[in-house]
Amino acid sequence: MSTVAFAAIAILTLAAALAAATLQKLMHAALSFAVMFVGISAFFFLLGAEFVGLVQIFVYIGAVAVLIVFTILLTRDDVGKVRSFNWGGVIVAIAVFAGLVWAIAKTKSLPPALPQIEPVTVQRIGELLMTNYVWPLQCVGVLLTAALIGALILVMEEKT
Amino acid sequence: MTLSILLVVSAALFCIGLLAALSRRHAIFILIGIEMMLAAANINFIAFWRFAPQPAQPTGVMVAIFAIAIAAAEAAVGLAMVIAVYRHFRSTNVDQLDRLKG
Repeated sequence: MSTVAFAAIAILTLAAALAAATLQKLMHAALSFAVMFVGISAFFFLLGAEFVGLVQIFVYIGAVAVLIVFTILLTRDDVGKVRSFNWGGVIVAIAVFAGLVWAIAKTKSLPPALPQIEPVTVQRIGELLMTNYVWPLQCVGVLLTAALIGALILVMEEKT
Repeated sequence: MTLSILLVVSAALFCIGLLAALSRRHAIFILIGIEMMLAAANINFIAFWRFAPQPAQPTGVMVAIFAIAIAAAEAAVGLAMVIAVYRHFRSTNVDQLDRLKG
């Protein structure tokens, strides 16, 4: 666990997130969003959850980022003209961040060092998904099907 | 790398997502902010799982996987709603969607 790698990933992730939140051009923001998810996946790899990192890359960069780019291209309108920026949101975000950091600093029972763990293999995750987590897995399947059908119905052309 | 530093990074990511969701006027930016907040929550799940004494099952990993699946469903429906709203109003600025305003 090298500290240098952690610092580099943290800076990359936070800079990409800030760019995604504040850039004026929507397409640039969507691409910084993808870069941010590369950083988050790197966190997962660093923490020993390789499968979650891979799933994150597949789902977010492979699907969600592409979906966002498609939506931007389909709804291209007067994006550049709208310049309004709500400064109340900045104040709320800073206040929430200060509160969270205060709470983290006050907590005394956080474990300081990394314990030794056995790596979580894909085989173990698959076994758990098929045994202990089979009901959540089925529910997520139903949810994904419902979301897919719902999204299709939402964007279908209305026959008048 | 300690747990507190990791929690501070994920709190910063959450607040940047909150900033994007609250202060931008474009519907797609709001969705991007919500996805950022969900990703910050996922980092917390994985971090607490990694730093905790080993449980019998990798619960944090499983919760993160399910959270990613649900976030993907949410993104699909949200972007479909953005397209549907754009068809009706010819705009994706959320300030103009005020037909229900009294």
